[in-house]
Formats: sequence, structure tokens, C-alpha cells
Amino acid sequence: MAEAVFVVSAVIILAGAIGVVASRNPVHAALFLVQTLVGVAVLFVLNDAHFLAAVQVVVYAGAIVILFLFVIMLLGVDKAEELRIEPIFGQRPLAAVVGAALAAVLGAVVITGADVLTGLRRAGGERSLDGDATDIERMGRVLFGEFAFAVEITAALLTVAVVGAVVLTRRASRSDASETAGAAP
Amino acid sequence: MDLAGLAVGWYLALSVALFAIGGAGLLVRRNPLVMFMCVELMLNAVNVAFVALGAGLNDVGGQVAVFFVLVVAATEVVIGLALVVAINRRRSGATADDVSLLKG
Amino acid sequence: MIEAAWLICAFPLAGFAVLLALGRRLGEPRAGWLATAAMAGSFVTSVAVFFSLMGRDPAERRFVVTLFEWIPAGDFSVDAGLLVDPLSVTMALFVTGVGALIHLYAIGYMHGDGDFSKFFVYLNLFAFSMLVLVLGDSLALTFLGWEGVGVCSYLLISFWFTDEANATAGKKAFITNRVGDWGFMLAMFWAFGALGSVRYLDLFGQAGSLSSTTATAIVILLFVGAAGKSAQLPLHIWLPDAMAGPTPVSALIHAATMVTAGVYLMVRVNPLIAVADAWAPDVIAWVGVATALFAAGAAMAQNDIKKVLAYSTISQLGYMMLAVGTGAYVAAIFHMVTHAFFKALLFLGSGSVIHALDGDQDMRRYGALRAAMPVTAVTFIVGWLAIAGVPPFAGFWSKDEILAYAWDASPALWLVGIVTAVLTAFYMSRLVFMTFYGEARHSSDAHPHEPSRLMTAPLVMLAAAAVVAGGLNLPFTKDLHFMGAWLEPSLFGNEAHLGLGGGAQWLLALVSMAGAAIGIAGAAAVYLQHRLPASRVELPAAARAFYVDEAWTRFVGGPGRRAFEGVAAFDANVVDGAVDGVGRSVRAGGAVLRRVQSGFVRSYALLTAAGAVALLVWFLVRTSF
Repeated sequence: MAEAVFVVSAVIILAGAIGVVASRNPVHAALFLVQTLVGVAVLFVLNDAHFLAAVQVVVYAGAIVILFLFVIMLLGVDKAEELRIEPIFGQRPLAAVVGAALAAVLGAVVITGADVLTGLRRAGGERSLDGDATDIERMGRVLFGEFAFAVEITAALLTVAVVGAVVLTRRASRSDASETAGAAP
Repeated sequence: MDLAGLAVGWYLALSVALFAIGGAGLLVRRNPLVMFMCVELMLNAVNVAFVALGAGLNDVGGQVAVFFVLVVAATEVVIGLALVVAINRRRSGATADDVSLLKG
Repeated sequence: MIEAAWLICAFPLAGFAVLLALGRRLGEPRAGWLATAAMAGSFVTSVAVFFSLMGRDPAERRFVVTLFEWIPAGDFSVDAGLLVDPLSVTMALFVTGVGALIHLYAIGYMHGDGDFSKFFVYLNLFAFSMLVLVLGDSLALTFLGWEGVGVCSYLLISFWFTDEANATAGKKAFITNRVGDWGFMLAMFWAFGALGSVRYLDLFGQAGSLSSTTATAIVILLFVGAAGKSAQLPLHIWLPDAMAGPTPVSALIHAATMVTAGVYLMVRVNPLIAVADAWAPDVIAWVGVATALFAAGAAMAQNDIKKVLAYSTISQLGYMMLAVGTGAYVAAIFHMVTHAFFKALLFLGSGSVIHALDGDQDMRRYGALRAAMPVTAVTFIVGWLAIAGVPPFAGFWSKDEILAYAWDASPALWLVGIVTAVLTAFYMSRLVFMTFYGEARHSSDAHPHEPSRLMTAPLVMLAAAAVVAGGLNLPFTKDLHFMGAWLEPSLFGNEAHLGLGGGAQWLLALVSMAGAAIGIAGAAAVYLQHRLPASRVELPAAARAFYVDEAWTRFVGGPGRRAFEGVAAFDANVVDGAVDGVGRSVRAGGAVLRRVQSGFVRSYALLTAAGAVALLVWFLVRTSF
């Protein structure tokens, strides 16, 4: 059963990924991205990470992809991109080579490391996945116990990101614009 | 634990494939929005690996890592899209190749 | 009171600072009086320090007054501290004492000069540097003073720099001294490398652990430095030219104080000389005595009154080096002190004469000045008798002690020394006879006159000192050997022991008295009674100082110049080439690498990915094989 679910999800995920890369229209790319993200969410469920699966669907497939689509619509860049032209000389063959090499090398890492990885360490105590606690409960304990400081830092990061986004997208006021114009030679 | 029969290796193989596709897309596509989507693909590849390894090692740490990756991905998208908006405001329809003034 | 030793240096420094800021506003003569007051304050402090040192047990007469941490650099640290011991206090006493008198004299001598205040700025700076030199508690601090006096010497030699010759003389002195400084610096580095310190007390305490080869090398290199500063062969060439400076400068710097710095340095490092191979002091002694003889010969035929005195100074410095080389450190310092008195006196006297004759320095146009300037004549004659070695004047006692030690070390050294003594008596008598006796040869519109009281007062005081200074160190009994007992703590028992009996000493003294008499009588025969034409004794080779200058010029202009040009070419091509090559290759590399910065973010991403692949491959290779 699990194998079947994994195979179906993997096919959906990879198809979606290829769709993202290959579709000429960014709107289509965004929709293919949703496909991949939902596939990943299924794999999370398969690994008993129910909370993450929910977050994946709600935040990623929901909020972030909606944000992408929103920007696409706002800027009107939903025109089809000409994929047959490559302005940078040698970029595409090199990208293929590097991508293949990346896959090959990482595959080699997985193959050589697989024996070492399995059963290497069985975490005990709070971080163990055994027992009756739900995954949300376990994550909560670890996040606000062991990783409390990292959570605080993340909070600061989010705040900075919000402020940064506001500053970056703020339209220069009239006086600023005239100053900039005056300063320009 | 219904994945008992499924080796972590398969998840990792999927993760590698997804990561490579995302990386190649990042190198090939010119639309900055699609490039960001490719980055999301790569991040998701890593997330799959994290969750699978966490399950294999019986450690909730994998899921915690994914949680942080999600947060960082969200911030990255926010900033990235803000940059795209700011660039497009000056120059409509700009691709990543058009923003190349900062060269040696 | 000993803790106040820093005041000795502080007075001239304060004088220098005030004069530098306000000198022009103070003007003449107040600037001169201020400088003289600073020197007098320094002298009074020295006297006070001297007496408080006297009040202590001889074994405890050595103090280090640490002022501040001067050069802290890792393990290497040099404190600015003053070493107050009998040797340095002796030096400080006569430097400040003679210095104060010469300052006083200069107020009169520099009267009417446009740069009156500047002259005293330099003089005070010189005094400060000289006192740092003698009081410094480490080779580094002494070197600071060493360079300071060198700079002041340069500035003062070319004080009237509008005349090309004066500026050239200053440069010559400066550059010649660089050769000596090279030796000093190498010695300092070597000492630090061997013992890890440049403080005198550390060096002396650990001198026993030095290998004799190292000690010899350090001593010889220090002697190179001393030879430069104290005008020993063959680095003496700058001193005769240095007479281009104003006469008070010649008296203070180029006779009494600065040129004795080399002798002081060699006496100071006597524990190192004691460890060195036996040939090192022999070298010092022979260079010294050769310099003495050579310079006395050159002085025989000079017509410029200051040149005679300059060569005479070189000759007397040679005596001092002879004393150092034979281990007669007390005699060296003793002669240094007496020489400071009578040579300063002679220079100041010659300054009065030059002043009276409107700047004319040629003795052939002097004569019969005794009547016109009696005070100058009488004091000058005292100085003459002192340097000629006529008892009971100061020079007799100090020179005789040196000669006694020279005889003890090697009769050959003594023989050269006694010949030099005869020549000394001859050329000094010649100077006196040509200047103050005989018929007047100056032009009729010159009206020689006695200078002002300001200038004659120092003459009288120095003359008195030149008469009685011999009493500092009388040879008759051990109790009268005041200076020997006083300097004992600074010499660490390295003073040579005179093996002569009383009779032999009397005999040597009689011989040197006879030598002085022969010299004076010979000069009287030639220059007073004209039994022999002067041209028979004034050899042309001596007049040209035996062509040493010419030899240097030939060497530096010929093979030396080619060698230096070779070094310069090496520097320009190899050293600069290497430096430029690094820059050029970086630029060429940058020109190639800048193409990588295409501005295309996707190219950067490609390179990043390639880098990631490379890293992964490296990790794989490392873990798998």
C-alpha cells in the first residue's frame, strides 16, 4: 500500500516539477508548482508528519502560490516566454551538464551513504517518534524547548522580511522623486 | 509506521531528482518568477529528504528542520517578489538577464 | 635627589621647546639667556645628583630611573630609563658644565646674527640629545641620543647654509656618520639576538654567557659606530669640514662633547670588551694611536686655525681610543674631561681671534695679537700648555696616564704615542706663535680687539679648569686617584692594572716632558727665530691630510660608485620588479577574471551549482577512497 502511494506521489511530484520548468506561461508554471507541493504533502502524510502536511497545503500551496499568481497578475507578466532562445551563450548545455552532474553526484552520495544512514541512530526521549504523542505535540515540545532560541530568531527574520518588503515596494513619494531627479546629472 | 517496508533510499532518490530538476530550471528559465518557483522546488526536495530521514532515524528533528525551511522559504518569497515588483516598476517585463548592470 | 635625574635632560628639552615656540619673539639676547639658563639648571641638577651619589656606598652607586615604557612590542620592550652611575654622571657634569659656558660665550659670538634664536634652539636640542645619549639605560636610548646629536651636528655645521660649502660640509658629516650608525645598529641587533635585551645592566649581567666570538663581533661593530662619531681613521674625514659651523658649535659639539660619545660608548660597554677576544681591544688601541699620529701630522701643516684645532681634536680622540684599547678606561674618561676643558677653551679662544679679525681664519694673516687681546692670549696660552703636556696643566696628567698604560700594553703603542705628543707640542706651539707672537701680518684695516666680557668670562673659567683639572686624578698615591676610585662601580673591575713601578712611571713622565719641550723648542726655532724655513716642516702631503679625502673620493667616485649603481640596478630590476610583478600579475589576472562577473544572475547560479558539484565530488572522493 505504502509503496503504491509513494510511486503515485513521486510521479505526480516529478511531473509537476518538469511542468514548472518547461511551461512557457508562468501561470501554468505556478499551477504545476501546486501539483508538486500537494504531492510532497502526501509524502509527508505517508511519513506521519500530519502537521507539516497541513502546513504544506495551507501555507505553500495556498498562500505562497497565491502570492506568486497575484504578482504575475499585478505585473502582467503572464505572457508566454520564448523558451527556444537562450541569450547567454552556452548557458543551456552547461545547465544540462551541471544539472545532470548534480543528480549523478547526489545519487552517488545516496547510494554510498544508504547503508550508513539506516539505523544509524535511534533518537530517544522527547525527540523519539515512538509513543502515543501526536506529531504536533512532539514538534511543539522540541520547538519551544530545544529550539526556542531559533524560533525567536525566526520571528525576527519574519519581521525583517515584512519591513523589507514594505520598503522595497513603497512607491517613492513626489518629493523623493524630485530629489532623485535633481541629484541625477 | 506504515513505511516500514519502504527504504529511506527511495525518498532520497526522489529528493535528488526533484532537486536536480529545480536546479536545472533555475539555470534555464529567464522569468524571475519562474526562477523563484524553481527555488521552491529545490527547497521541497530538501524537505522530502528531511522528513524521510527523520522518520528513518526515529527523530522529530527532521520535521522541525522542515518547519524552519518553510519559514525561510516564506520570507524568501516575500522579499524576492518585492524585488521583482520593484524592478518591474522601473522596467516593465524585465527578465533576470536584463538586470545585469553590475558586472566587472 | 637621584630620582630627579630626569631633570638633567628635561631642562634643555624645555629650553628647546620654549625657544622653538617663542624664540623669534624673545629675540636677542633673551633667547640666548634662556638657553644658557636651561643649561645652567641642568648643570646644577647634575651637581646635586653627583653629590647624592657621592653620599652613597660605592657599591650602591648605580641607579636606573625608569621614566616610561618606550617601545613595547611583544617580547621586546624598551623602557625609557636613565642609568645614573658614576660614569654617566661624570659625562653629564662636564657636558652640562662646558655646555653652559659655551652657551654663554655664544650669546656674545652670535651677536647680530639673523638666526640668533634658531642657533640656541639647535644648541639646546643638542644638549638634550647628548644627555639622553650619556644617561640612557639601554643601547636603544643611547642610539636615540646618538642620532639626535648627529642631526644637531648636521643642522649646526650647515647653520650658515646659504654658503654652498657649509651645506656640503653638513651633508658630509651626516653621511659619514651613517657608516658608523650602521655598525651601531648591527651591534644593537646582535646584542638583542644574543641576549634578548638591549638594557645595559641586562647586557652586563649576562655578558659572561656570551661566546667570545659574539662579544668580539658586537664590540667591533660598536667600535665602527664609535669610529664614525669620534672621527677615527678612516671615518675622520667629516670633522675637519665640520669647522664650517659657528665656532661655539665647533667647541661644544666637535671638540668637547659629541665627538667623545664614541669613547664614552666604548667605556660604557667595557664588560663586553672584557669578554671579547684579545685582538678586539688591540684593534681599538692601534686604530686609536694611528689616528692620533696621523691627525697630529696633518695638523702640522694646516693654515686655517680651526682646521689645526680640528685635527688636534681627532688626534686627542685617538689617544682616548688608545686608552680604551689598553683597558685604561679611567684614563680615557680623565683625558676626555681635561680635553673638554682645554679644547673648548682653545676653540673659544680661536673664536675670539676670528671674531676680532672679522672672520679671517688663516693664521698666515695673524701675528702679534698678544698685545691687542691680552685675556684671550693668556687663556689661550694656558690651553696650549695643557694640550702640549706641560706640567702641571691638566693635559699632562691625563695624557701621561694614557701613555703609561700604553707602555704597559706594548712599547710600540707607547712609541707612536710619544711621537704624537712631540708633534702635538709642535703644532700647537706653531699655532700660538703664528697667532700671538711674531710680527703682525693682518691687513691694516683690521683692528683686533678684546671681545666682550660675555665671551672672555667663559674663557677665564675654562682656563682655570684646564689648569686644575689634573688634580682630579693624580698618580702619586692611590688616595689621590680620585677619578679611578669614583668610576670604579661603572667599570666592573675591568680596568687594566698598571704593572709599572713608581720609578718607571717617573721615567716615562720625564720622557714625555722632554718630548713636549722638544716640540715647543722646535716650533720656536722655526716660527719665532726662523732658523728653518717653514716650508721644510709644512709638508704638502700633511697639508692635504695625507690624501685620505682624495682616496675616499676616488673610491666612492670610482669602484664604489659602480658598486652602488649595481645595487641600485638590482633594487630597480629585481626587488622592484618582484613587487611590480606581483601587482602586474594581479591586474592581468583580474582583467581575465572580471569577465566572470557578467552581471547575469543565471551565470552566477551556474557557477554556484558547479561549485556545489565540485564540493560534493571532493567529499565523495574523500569518504570513498
